[in-house]
Amino acid sequence: MDTVMAIIRRDLSLVMRQGSDAFVVLIFFIVTVTLFPLGVSPDPLILQNLASGIVWVGALLAAMLSLDRLFQTDYDDGSLELLVLSPYPLEIVVLCKCFVHWLTTGLPIMVISPVLALMLNIKTGAFLYLITSMALGTPIISLLGAVGAALVLGSRRSGVLIALLIIPLTIPILLFGVGAIQAATEGYNASSPLMFLGALLLFSIALCPWVIASSLRQVVS
Amino acid sequence: MHRFANPARFMRIAEPILPWTSVGALAAILLALYFGIFDSPADYQQGETVRIMYVHVPAAWMALFAYTLMALASGSFLIWKHPLADLSAQAAAPIGAGFTAIALVTGALWGQPMWGTWWVWDARLTSVLILFFLYLGYMALVNGFDDPERGSRMGAILALVGFINVPIIKFSVDWWNTLHQPASISRLDAPAIDTSMLIPLLLMAIGFKLFFISILILRIKIQLLKKRIRSIQLTH
Repeated sequence: MDTVMAIIRRDLSLVMRQGSDAFVVLIFFIVTVTLFPLGVSPDPLILQNLASGIVWVGALLAAMLSLDRLFQTDYDDGSLELLVLSPYPLEIVVLCKCFVHWLTTGLPIMVISPVLALMLNIKTGAFLYLITSMALGTPIISLLGAVGAALVLGSRRSGVLIALLIIPLTIPILLFGVGAIQAATEGYNASSPLMFLGALLLFSIALCPWVIASSLRQVVS
Repeated sequence: MHRFANPARFMRIAEPILPWTSVGALAAILLALYFGIFDSPADYQQGETVRIMYVHVPAAWMALFAYTLMALASGSFLIWKHPLADLSAQAAAPIGAGFTAIALVTGALWGQPMWGTWWVWDARLTSVLILFFLYLGYMALVNGFDDPERGSRMGAILALVGFINVPIIKFSVDWWNTLHQPASISRLDAPAIDTSMLIPLLLMAIGFKLFFISILILRIKIQLLKKRIRSIQLTH
């Protein structure tokens, strides 16, 4: 448990001291969402129908932006090798890193998304579902994204590759996330898409660390 | 299986097979085209456009088959480190991507007269499109490293992760209410299709499979020869 806390504290302080990274993701999220009313239509009714989709797509793209740095700095300065060689299970270490990634990108995105949804004139009844679906969905993006980040580690053009590999796999999150909000605004039962999201979250917490750890071991060996 | 993991032994067996599969593929595809175009009835609802099925359905089967083979080969590459498994996974990817593209394009051409639209975002079509992206992502990842060895290992992991999409494609027509029709051939009871239409369909499927095997052997052979050239160049 001490190790877990130590890794989380280390990664958090690294992100905090670099400062700009998490902030840039948030700004990117806001800017992309801002483009839609300008590009599609400023009509409040049209935006109301599109709001949940715009916010979710924006969140996905913004999260993609931050992924290539997840293991890159550790890989460059050699601390990744020490983490792999350490006696602690690499799966747990990786899970901690994903958690920190979520704290510094998923959580800010989740906090700012109701404000953006409000600007897109989303129905008031949908807020709770927007936040719940974000709370369940953004950790999955961090976990799946970490799979991509571990796979492309050390390749050329790693940033673009991650997006190419991971975006197809994140489609279920988008479907269920938007589905929950749509169901809520149209007066249907929103609990089943949320349950699917929860199942996906549990599934990825259980499986993604193994995939990430095994590809990190391949990198170091 | 381990016995055939030796590249030299594999080539000794594959080399004599190659002409037979190539000629067989050509014959089966030509026969299927003849039966499909001249010797099978038009559908009572769909008219002549039903003949697109003879290309579309076998191509879609091959798209799934190639990915499954790729995932199996990737798995055995990661477990046993067979160099041949890695080569066959990498050789299968572009062929699979090609069949996926054929399935998507013929599907669009068939959808336009039948459904009145080139494309709908239903579960079957979307999941096949994702399969296409997975093929492309796999190829980009494998070629994205300066060290080809690492590219194959990372690609193998990705191929296994992406395999989750294959059962989703297979059962998408049963799980969701889609515009795409459910399976008519691979059912527990008799296929829901007339024999006159089944003949060209199965012939084309056999032809595509033989074609796949021929190209796969060719591509593996090329890669093996390339490796050999590289090692010769290194020693001289």
